[in-house]
Amino acid sequence: MPVKVQEADFDVGAEIAAFRRADPGIGAIASFIGLVRDVNEGDAIAGLSLEHYPGMTEKALAGIIDEAKQRWDIIDALVIHRVGALKPLDQIVLVVVSSAHRGASFEACEFIMDYLKTRAPFWKKEQTAQGPRWVEARASDDQAAERWHKG
Amino acid sequence: MNIRILYFGRLREEMGVAGEMFELPPDVSDIEGLRARLLARGGDYATAFDPRKAVRVSVNQELARNNTAIKLGDEIAFFPPVSGG
Repeated sequence: MPVKVQEADFDVGAEIAAFRRADPGIGAIASFIGLVRDVNEGDAIAGLSLEHYPGMTEKALAGIIDEAKQRWDIIDALVIHRVGALKPLDQIVLVVVSSAHRGASFEACEFIMDYLKTRAPFWKKEQTAQGPRWVEARASDDQAAERWHKG
Repeated sequence: MNIRILYFGRLREEMGVAGEMFELPPDVSDIEGLRARLLARGGDYATAFDPRKAVRVSVNQELARNNTAIKLGDEIAFFPPVSGG
């Protein structure tokens, strides 16, 4: 299953081991792990809650993987994204991409994260000393996604 | 038959509900028209759809724009810019 949205934590080693066993033609694996930090916008963060749009989230992530497969010569991709209550040091997201050679995996992994950041329906609310606040989308994320647009 | 409207993130909190059924007026055919109609209801709608705040939209679980057409039976969601990852 290339897309998982779940409250539970994930074991990166086990996920990659299962993912790469699927095809002996895989010669390269690139991965990205996103983590909860204890600071944002200069404020200490005690934790955050992640909300999503069930149904659309899975479709959006599957669509992003499909687009990566069309653009790069990759074998497969896996995205796991957690929802619910998370705290600093927790893992939020895992992206794993396989290919015959490294170039395609590196680029497709970055592309998938950039598109996930701007197109997948997740929303973070963080707990600060001043109370809870919604995390605003960043202009830098839009710019990161923009660079993949075809000219 | 109506349309289903869903709210997420800031908009869900401001509306106080996760969604509602809405009777689509016959003269509303796209997202822009729907937003104007909702904003005009005032109260929580005026807060949630305040034009100074960024609101994104999807139609039937696909990202959409102001000029996206809507029809009876559609599932329409309004939400702030996404912040996952």
